[in-house]
Amino acid sequence: MPDKLNVVGQPLRKVDAAAKVAGRTIFADDVVLPNMLYAKLLRSTRPHARIINIEASAAETMEGVKSILLGSELPITFGILPVSQDEHTLAIDRVRYVGEPIVAVAAVDEETAEDAIRRITVEYEDLPPIMSIPDGVRATDDPIQAYAEQGNIHKTISFEFGETKSALEQSDLILDDTFFYQGNTHLPLEQHAAVAVYQPDGKLVLWSATQTPHYVHRALARVLEMPASRIQVIACPNGGGFGGKSDPFSHEIAVAKLAMKTGRPVKIALTREEVFYCHRGRHPVLMHSRLGLKKDGSITGMHFKTILDGGAYGSYGVASTYYTGALQTTTYHIPAYKFEGARLFTNKPPCGPKRGHGTPQPRFGMEIQLDKAAELLGVDPAELRLQNLVQPNSLTANWLTIRTIGLRRCIEKVIEASGWKSKFRKLPFGRGVGLACGCYLTGAGLPIYWNNMPQSGVQLKLDRSGLVTVFCGSTDIGQGSDSILAYIVGEILGIDPLHIRVVTGDTDLTPVDLGSYSSRVTLMTGNAAIQAAERARELLNDAVAAELKVPKDRLVAADNRIFDSEDSAKCVDFAKAVQLAEAKFGTIGTVGSYKPPASAAKYKGGGVGPSPTYSFSASVIELEVDPQTGIIRIEKVWIAHDIGRSINPMLVIGQVEGSVYMGLGEALMEEQEFRLGVHKTPSMLDYKSPTSMDMYSIETILIEEPDPVGPFGAKEVGQGPLLPMPPALCNAVYDAVRVRIDEIPVTPEKILRALKAKSQGKEGRFGPQSFPTIEYRDPMFILPPWSGGDGRSSAQPEYTRKGL
Amino acid sequence: MRSKELHRLMVNRELREVAAYSSRTLLEVLREDLGLPGTKHGCEVGECGTCTVLLDGQPALSCLLLPADLEGQHITTVEGMANGAELHPLQSAFADLGAAQCGYCTPGILMVAKALLEENPEPTRAQIEEALGGNLCRCTGYLKIFEAIELAAKTLHQEEHAHAG
Repeated sequence: MPDKLNVVGQPLRKVDAAAKVAGRTIFADDVVLPNMLYAKLLRSTRPHARIINIEASAAETMEGVKSILLGSELPITFGILPVSQDEHTLAIDRVRYVGEPIVAVAAVDEETAEDAIRRITVEYEDLPPIMSIPDGVRATDDPIQAYAEQGNIHKTISFEFGETKSALEQSDLILDDTFFYQGNTHLPLEQHAAVAVYQPDGKLVLWSATQTPHYVHRALARVLEMPASRIQVIACPNGGGFGGKSDPFSHEIAVAKLAMKTGRPVKIALTREEVFYCHRGRHPVLMHSRLGLKKDGSITGMHFKTILDGGAYGSYGVASTYYTGALQTTTYHIPAYKFEGARLFTNKPPCGPKRGHGTPQPRFGMEIQLDKAAELLGVDPAELRLQNLVQPNSLTANWLTIRTIGLRRCIEKVIEASGWKSKFRKLPFGRGVGLACGCYLTGAGLPIYWNNMPQSGVQLKLDRSGLVTVFCGSTDIGQGSDSILAYIVGEILGIDPLHIRVVTGDTDLTPVDLGSYSSRVTLMTGNAAIQAAERARELLNDAVAAELKVPKDRLVAADNRIFDSEDSAKCVDFAKAVQLAEAKFGTIGTVGSYKPPASAAKYKGGGVGPSPTYSFSASVIELEVDPQTGIIRIEKVWIAHDIGRSINPMLVIGQVEGSVYMGLGEALMEEQEFRLGVHKTPSMLDYKSPTSMDMYSIETILIEEPDPVGPFGAKEVGQGPLLPMPPALCNAVYDAVRVRIDEIPVTPEKILRALKAKSQGKEGRFGPQSFPTIEYRDPMFILPPWSGGDGRSSAQPEYTRKGL
Repeated sequence: MRSKELHRLMVNRELREVAAYSSRTLLEVLREDLGLPGTKHGCEVGECGTCTVLLDGQPALSCLLLPADLEGQHITTVEGMANGAELHPLQSAFADLGAAQCGYCTPGILMVAKALLEENPEPTRAQIEEALGGNLCRCTGYLKIFEAIELAAKTLHQEEHAHAG
């Protein structure tokens, strides 16, 4: 690795920035092919019903209608996780949410396809809709999904790492709190779109707004019963993803099948309302946390329970459920930890991964609970956190490996920058500060389907013109993943990254990268790119050393040339170096790949949570609450993020600011609500999100302690900085008006109700009052590392069978 | 059977004739009939600002306009912003400061920003925030966009100064 960095760390333009500002980026809906047809979907108007009959003959005979596709033509199910292949492309005998696709029509234009959809009638037999967590936990003999574990309980999880009950019994202080994190959605500006063509040679090509072309590739092969080698999936640059384009979707498969049936290219572009029905957004989560501490502030143990309202299908939900318990242990040392989680099926659009995937909800509860604990112990909440920090290069109770942890510096920096010590509990009534922290993965340790191949691959082609082309299966969703590849290859080969050609997200042309999710892309594609570029540099250096008669280890690559570090006049330009190498070795191409290190967690279910390394964030929010109206005005947000090293600080800050914005949107206003089985706000006007008028000042502080496993030391930034926002906001509201809001979004009504309760002598709190009884499975017992465990499950102590 | 109507539209200083269904919005005609897909859509019902174009220099939502009403007016889209291959200072500032993450809301926001700077060459932060009040962006948290508009205002001011001098 070069000693002096020329590209890494520079606030360079993105490689695709000029195209984006010129309006020249080709998003999925911008793909136009000759002789193209347009498709539309008929979607369910019922939250839960049996389909008795579909009458489509009036549509079939319409002028301009080319094909009508019914669910029975695609009987094979699909789904992102191997354990929940529960979706049909088009519903066959039952619909499970309003908006579920039932029929697809291809016609000469969109208007005709829309008319045709209106002429199709579906006869339903309504079933009782299950629309809430209390509904979902109730026993039923006609569950939404027959494969659910019990009734509408999709999946339960139970782990115990160390004897939590006895650990809690040794506490001086025990807190029991219930929290609710409302569901919300990604709301990318780009609506989903896809174009398919079935070529005369029997190859199928699909362009789509997807974050995960590899998984779409697999789903198409499965459902269409075609060899994957005859299917090409091209992920167009996404007009925003945030997790909402990470599943294979019905519209992608339907448009592919319609292209096969008609022999013509077919496009589908969803309306905004349809995007709300695709959803896969944040799970609403009800949580109960029991936290124990000693008088001196040290944490003794934690028992955390979650119930997720999953919507009608599996999606990523089993993983989401594990994630509501996986990362509680990564910030503060928890000697004994018990986690019980359950996901329910309900008659709503399926929930899935949204920025932070399953971790913002438990982080919300935990960071508020620590604030409460600090107050009861009479200590500063910053000090309480600092005192309990996880150590670098250590294992957590649930066997996650923490490498670098910049959280101490994050907390210290935001405390200092915000003037915390002169403000906390010292500001006048109505004004307050709140602190919270967070932690997120830098890539999931395991792939979604079991295999031991690399999770990311990069190929380099070095042309004798001096052009370097980087091929990688990653997908740029706006975060800048194409640019990261160019910066890293440019750094190592000493060439201008803006002149590197990057080809990504194409299953025919590029080696597999699993996709833009779990904040994995910079670390995994970056490490693969480093390997490929270093291999190329070896070849170049061999050839240049021979030409210049200079020892190889004296060669430096920078400024588009390779030169002798002791006599820079001895040099060749980059194109010449490639020509020399090509003459010596033949056509120059190299590959690199990356697979995360094996996890220390060997127990079943321990595959969710491990990551090559973790990012950390801390934030202080200062705000004003008007006690008359309950309206919150945010004064300023200070956020420090442990990035390891910024490959491009401008893009890092962009991700931090975007995460702060999105986290505060969730905290203040965004919510996905239903009434009588119908989505209440499936439009951008009704679903409230922050506008330019709602924005506040953000001071971002980057903590750069290069991590040994990150490319040039980099860790993630796309998701982690969202996590502290909702709890920091609630903690600040408490500091301002001394009422606890234990659920989000924190609306003015909730603040006023809590203030009113307090003024009547009741508890000054708004939040869930109870946690339903659920039959979680018996816990799997795993000894923590400090109790002599080996990362595997061990014999179950008798008391765990009775529960706590 | 639906019938098409002939429109004569002045788009990016070019007179374009196009036959389109009378129900088609300006957004659809630009994207699908005139081969100008730079204008994007996020809702198609006037809620997100993504499809903003300029009508005689004023921002307008192309998803709510019918081409039949627009003959004789000058329509500017993002494709008409650059001077040949040279980006407009707003476009350069957006690229240089990372104000376009996914880049999908960018064309609409550029249009609003262009109209703003033409009317008010030195806007305050509050005026920028207000001008962009109808344009949603989900990636950036808006701050980089504000900064890019401020940078472009400075660049334009300097350019004008250079011309005057």
